[in-house]
Amino acid sequence: MRPARILGGVRWYLRELTGESQYERYLLRHGETHSQAAPLSRREFERRRVDRADTCPGSRCC
Amino acid sequence: MTASVTDRPPTGRSRPSPKTVLTWTAVALVGAVAWAMIALSRGEEISAVWLVVAALGSYAIAYRFYAKFLARTVLQVDDRRATPAERLDDGVDFQPTDRRVLLGHHFAAIAGAGPLVGPVLAAQMGYLPGTIWIIFGVIFAGAVQDMVILFFSLRRDGKSLGQMAREEIGAIGGAAALIAVFAIMIILLAVLALVVVNALARSPWGTFSIAMTIPIALFMGFYLRVIRPGRVVETSIIGVALLLLAIVGGGWVQDSSLAGAFTLSPQTLALCLVGYGFVASVLPVWMLLAPRDYLSTFMKIGTISLLAIGVLIAAPVLKADALTTFASTGTGPVFAGKLFPFVFITIACGALSGFHALISSGTTPKMIQKESQVRLVGYGAMLMESFVAIMALVAACILEPGLYYAMNAPAGFLGATAESASTAVATLGFTITPQDLTAAAAAVQEQTLVARSGGAPTLAVGMSEIFSSVLGGDALKAFWYHFAIMFEALFILTTVDAGTRVGRFMLQDTLGNLWRPIGRVSWKPGIWATSAAVVLAWGYFLYTGVTNPLGGINQLFPLFGIANQLLAAVALAVATTILIKSGRLKWAWVTGVPLAWDVAVTLTASYQKVFSADPRIGFFAQRDRYADALDQGTLLAPAKNTDQMHAVITNSTVDGVLAAFFAVLVIAVLANAALVCWRAVRARQPLPSTETPFVESKLTAPAGLFPTAAERRELAHTGAQPGGRDLAP
Repeated sequence: MRPARILGGVRWYLRELTGESQYERYLLRHGETHSQAAPLSRREFERRRVDRADTCPGSRCC
Repeated sequence: MTASVTDRPPTGRSRPSPKTVLTWTAVALVGAVAWAMIALSRGEEISAVWLVVAALGSYAIAYRFYAKFLARTVLQVDDRRATPAERLDDGVDFQPTDRRVLLGHHFAAIAGAGPLVGPVLAAQMGYLPGTIWIIFGVIFAGAVQDMVILFFSLRRDGKSLGQMAREEIGAIGGAAALIAVFAIMIILLAVLALVVVNALARSPWGTFSIAMTIPIALFMGFYLRVIRPGRVVETSIIGVALLLLAIVGGGWVQDSSLAGAFTLSPQTLALCLVGYGFVASVLPVWMLLAPRDYLSTFMKIGTISLLAIGVLIAAPVLKADALTTFASTGTGPVFAGKLFPFVFITIACGALSGFHALISSGTTPKMIQKESQVRLVGYGAMLMESFVAIMALVAACILEPGLYYAMNAPAGFLGATAESASTAVATLGFTITPQDLTAAAAAVQEQTLVARSGGAPTLAVGMSEIFSSVLGGDALKAFWYHFAIMFEALFILTTVDAGTRVGRFMLQDTLGNLWRPIGRVSWKPGIWATSAAVVLAWGYFLYTGVTNPLGGINQLFPLFGIANQLLAAVALAVATTILIKSGRLKWAWVTGVPLAWDVAVTLTASYQKVFSADPRIGFFAQRDRYADALDQGTLLAPAKNTDQMHAVITNSTVDGVLAAFFAVLVIAVLANAALVCWRAVRARQPLPSTETPFVESKLTAPAGLFPTAAERRELAHTGAQPGGRDLAP
């Protein structure tokens, strides 16, 4: 495997793991379903995404 | 319909090729040789590499054969059935996630400080019992529990363990599970916070570095919220760089006039942690918790990979005995009691951890693409955690035993100076000169290493030995030591924050039934009051742990282990009940045998902790001994005054009552489960299923880490992106 491919794979993995790519996924989804309304801006989307955790905490183990 | 029956997914049995047979025979042979080296060598030092090889060989065989048997024969995973992630995909809670990403998520959620601390403490019995339990425990109990609970939750739209216990076992089982989760959370937070206190006490370097993680996390939170929304990877890289700078900066602070401000007593640190726990858990998640989570995830994956590479390159020699006399006498200074049951209580995470059942029945089942992936995500992630535990054991066992005991015995036993510690260690039958002890502390630039119990400092010394022999030599020893302390303290603080929140939500949920407003998740006074209640609960145990003359870790860690294994008993009882209720009595041993073992361990440990006449083990015997002495007006070492005598009496009573309470909970759940199982066996046909009905899946995704040739063909044939919305490059 070429180094560029490996680096691309690492980048893909980290973006997926941290949820950075969630916004792109949201845009895809938005395009498929209700395309009348304008999609949320990235700022607004990320705000809602992180604020959701305020009301439903994820468990972390020992 | 006939087509779909004959159209078996590409997991059908076929004859293995000679190459496959040869490969697996070789893996088995290498693993067997490594086991023979570990088990049979006596009186000579062996290389830690053998432990790693034995572990990896055993994991490979178990994953290839046992986990596959569990998936196919016992659970009967069905890839034609749509998972909740596919059926209920809402892009928020439920969404099909790439199996490799989900493995990372799940691993990050289950692995914390637990697998690092337990094995270090259990090293007092020698490396052999710990190694055997970590490897066989994970293969036959821990990974099985994680995978089976993940699968059962998956078939029930991601129901939680508590809900499954209530529906499958009954109201008592459900209530006991709920109480167990809350109790274990409190004890867990207290023990983990105690580990941090012991690691940072009178260490300006460590205290400064850890304190700096707060402004770093706040900065990252602000950056992500305002400056570059959503750029998590970039923010994390900046954060990790700042973190490394904070570790280096700690060294400068230690040599400067600021050192005094960061040299804190254990009591002060305990109060700081309680305050931090409260503030952090009421702040919005984006400010502190979310950025901390990213930092811990990156540090976790990075440091664990470094450690694995380090062990293989440095190939350190194990200095600890294979089996110490403490295993049979039960008089060890780190924790009291014999090998059975206390090794199996001390090493929970890494072998069998009930806590994982909460993660396996939490977010993970809502994100899995295919049923067959429970093997990779459930079983695989637990094997990885077990490997972390093996490396922690290695790090503790490469230390000179004299140093190990001088660091891990209680302060009351060792005294405060290198001389007193050296004398005390000699009474245990090990030697370390005061000069060597002072030199070991100087090498990592700490004032003292005496009585730094809790596992973190020992692990850090071991890690700094391994890392510095690969990179940097003696010059970098102090850096690596504080790097390791930072690595552990970082995710303990994340757990303290997240755990307090989870405890608060449970409390709000329960109290909300009595008085509506307190249950509202956005009502500030309710949040403050319940957060304060949770923080005070674990803060109480933390403070008694810090001030207990008998040593907090020594007293509290067994309680934590018992609570965690109790939760495992609940999870395994739920799993066994479901297997029997769904007509799979002949496979019920898969979870039934680990359950029987776990119950034997938990109940023996609780029994000894409550009824043992030996005051070192039995909490009430300990209480009586100190109460009698107090009545006669005498002081018992290590207590130095009547206040400390009273402290011992109160702590022993509270701890003893808790141990008894945990045992009663286990018995209640088991009795309830046994009744349900008996009814199921007597019934003529399987009891009504609680599974969600079959819906045909349209997704195509590989089962394992690497797609098989057949899976590749299928992916190409359907033209589907693995996982539907995949953004792979």
